[in-house]
Amino acid sequence: MAQALSAPAADEIAARDAAKLNERSAQTITLAVEGMHCGGCLRKVETALMNVPGVAGARANLSARRVTALVKGADVNSVALIEALGNVGFKAADLPIDRIKPLEGADDALLRRIGVAGFAAMNIMLLSVSVWAGHGDMSPSMQSLFHWVSALIALPAVAYAGQPFFRSALDALKAGRVNMDVPISLGVCLATAMSFYQTMRGTEHVFFDAAVTLLLFLLIGRYLDQAVRVKAASAAANLLGLRGGAATIVDAEGKTSRVAAHKIVPGMRVLTASGERFAVDGRLVEGAADVDESLITGETTPRAVSQGGRVYAGTVNLSGPVLSEATATDQNTLLAEISRLMLAAEQARGRYVRLADRAARMYAPAVHALGLITFVGWMLAGQGWEMALTAAIAVLIITCPCALALAVPAVQVAASSRLFGMGTLLKAADGLERLAETDTVVFDKTGTVTLGEPQLVDPDAIDKAVLARAAALASVSRHPYARAVVRAAQASGLSVAALSDVREVAGFGLERVSNGTSERLGSAAWVGFTAPADGRSGVYYRAADGSITLLAFEDRIRPDAKEVMETLKAAGYRIEMLSGDQKPVVEAVASACGIDTWTAAASPADKIHRLETLAAEGRKVLMVGDGLNDAPALAAGHASLSPTTAADVSQVAADGVFQGERLAPILEAIAVARATRRMSLQNFAIAIGYNALFVPLAMAGYVTPLIAAIAMSASSIAVTVNAVRLRTMKLELAP
Amino acid sequence: MTALAWLIPCALALGGLGLAAFLWALNSGQFEDLEGAGWRALEDVSPSEDKRG
Repeated sequence: MAQALSAPAADEIAARDAAKLNERSAQTITLAVEGMHCGGCLRKVETALMNVPGVAGARANLSARRVTALVKGADVNSVALIEALGNVGFKAADLPIDRIKPLEGADDALLRRIGVAGFAAMNIMLLSVSVWAGHGDMSPSMQSLFHWVSALIALPAVAYAGQPFFRSALDALKAGRVNMDVPISLGVCLATAMSFYQTMRGTEHVFFDAAVTLLLFLLIGRYLDQAVRVKAASAAANLLGLRGGAATIVDAEGKTSRVAAHKIVPGMRVLTASGERFAVDGRLVEGAADVDESLITGETTPRAVSQGGRVYAGTVNLSGPVLSEATATDQNTLLAEISRLMLAAEQARGRYVRLADRAARMYAPAVHALGLITFVGWMLAGQGWEMALTAAIAVLIITCPCALALAVPAVQVAASSRLFGMGTLLKAADGLERLAETDTVVFDKTGTVTLGEPQLVDPDAIDKAVLARAAALASVSRHPYARAVVRAAQASGLSVAALSDVREVAGFGLERVSNGTSERLGSAAWVGFTAPADGRSGVYYRAADGSITLLAFEDRIRPDAKEVMETLKAAGYRIEMLSGDQKPVVEAVASACGIDTWTAAASPADKIHRLETLAAEGRKVLMVGDGLNDAPALAAGHASLSPTTAADVSQVAADGVFQGERLAPILEAIAVARATRRMSLQNFAIAIGYNALFVPLAMAGYVTPLIAAIAMSASSIAVTVNAVRLRTMKLELAP
Repeated sequence: MTALAWLIPCALALGGLGLAAFLWALNSGQFEDLEGAGWRALEDVSPSEDKRG
């Protein structure tokens, strides 16, 4: 139903956008905000924006994770608002206008139509029930009056509420195709027209109620379908907005200003503060830095970059502020290169056809054929066109694809809300269907199978006093190793006092000189020690008395990684690990989790290549990854999941994002996806079974449109109730 | 049966009232943030102080 929806929705939205522009002009700024969870957050976000001079109003939206500010002065821009939010601890970003425009208002337009159809259905039903109840007793004139009132309500209601179906059906016919909306439109229009004709003639074969009720059910189904889609697309737009950032540039006179990252041209000097991401690729012109490149390479150990060295967009500066000269624009960075690789991979996935659409392709022609056969059959039998048309309408109404249009969206809404409750956000509307088809899981290592942050090895073996001193030194640094030392000290119950006179030398380590003695924490060279070549990565602490202690680190494996791998294997999944990291590290993690097939030192292109090989073998791969280097692979996989700690680009590329330290959400997501497919198929079976029962009766002329309408409602309710079961069903991943 | 002359318009008017209320709620953004609305009810700010857009 993907093509069916897009055309009418786009028109309605264009009209609504124009109205909105007139009403509010360009004076509102909408931002995506990360980290809003409760009423207190709403208040904080709104207050922070209200305190910015020139902001007249602010309204945060918790469901959409967005805030809209009403701006009075022309000098207030989104950069100032983003900074104001940053000061109170919320990461905010401009939304990509072209991404959110198509989403705005599409829901409301459908709800309005549902409201009108609901009103009409209830009132017409009220009149119809009176006619049926008074059958035989009611005078023909009274019956005629009731029919005319029904017609008065039904005609405008059908004309208004049916538009999404009519437009989509017309578009399909113009393009020489037949979609699901063609039999729907035909059934509704014929039933309405036929009823109006009978009303004028004053007979009792009037069935406005059937036409309007059918429309109401179908609109609800369409709304549910769209709700899943809009929610997914809106989550994707937020993530995309949060990705791009602003940068501080320094001009020739040394003045600084904030500009959007995409406005930086080569030669500009960019100041990157401690802990900030480099906005563009460049060369360090002043200062040296430790750079966290884990998002790009998958390696957790930061790289030391000296003056003149290259830094890449998206990497994090762990040292003090540094000045770099841009060598490439935003469009031209390694980050953008990865984005391009990702887009190419995504296009292949865009060709996926959803289950409901596949069914619709077979269903629509069959329905038309049956309706036509009925009409022609009765004409040939010499029963006259009224009888023939009434029977044909009954066939169209009976076969109306409620299971396709209502049940499948209802199952998907139940599934995505169940996943959302477990902390997994689904971003692609068809992600569940693709997830259900997977038979192979490919994991990234750093940040996916492991937590992606170094942990001190065996902290209990280290002297408490030494650990406390080392942590005190480390507390001033953002280096992941330094942070790990502080965490370990705190976990051992030591209080870490912040020291003020610590010097950090990028690429080497930390030093504190007091009373003529010095203590150092850092690389072997920094403490004047010749490291044994045993491959263990770590830092050394040299105390004031000259004694040296090794602090070794390892990347912690997610607590349930081994169990998850075993469950997946038991369920018949093939498991692989693809990592950009070095062989010994990958091998150690693989054997610890029981993964037999793994590849080390894989570049983003290697990862895609491996996925393509698997796809060529006929396997449907679920890719689970977090790094920027995984983003193309996430887009290339048949389905993909990312942890919420993943690089922003990867979260955008993945079909779903899961929370927490555990990998179990992957199992839950697969189980829910499979249940979703099972329930959808069940619903098809219910619908087809019911058709098999009623269609022959309808073709034989035994079913009046009234009985058709009642039977249709009953089947719609049956499939919807079946779908709702998914919310509470107990699910387990079985082989 | 003359009662019908005003009962039918009455029924339609009541239904129409419901529809109007729904459309008003929709247009004034009552359904825009279902999650946030629940939280806002718990906030200790009186509506008169609250002039946010």
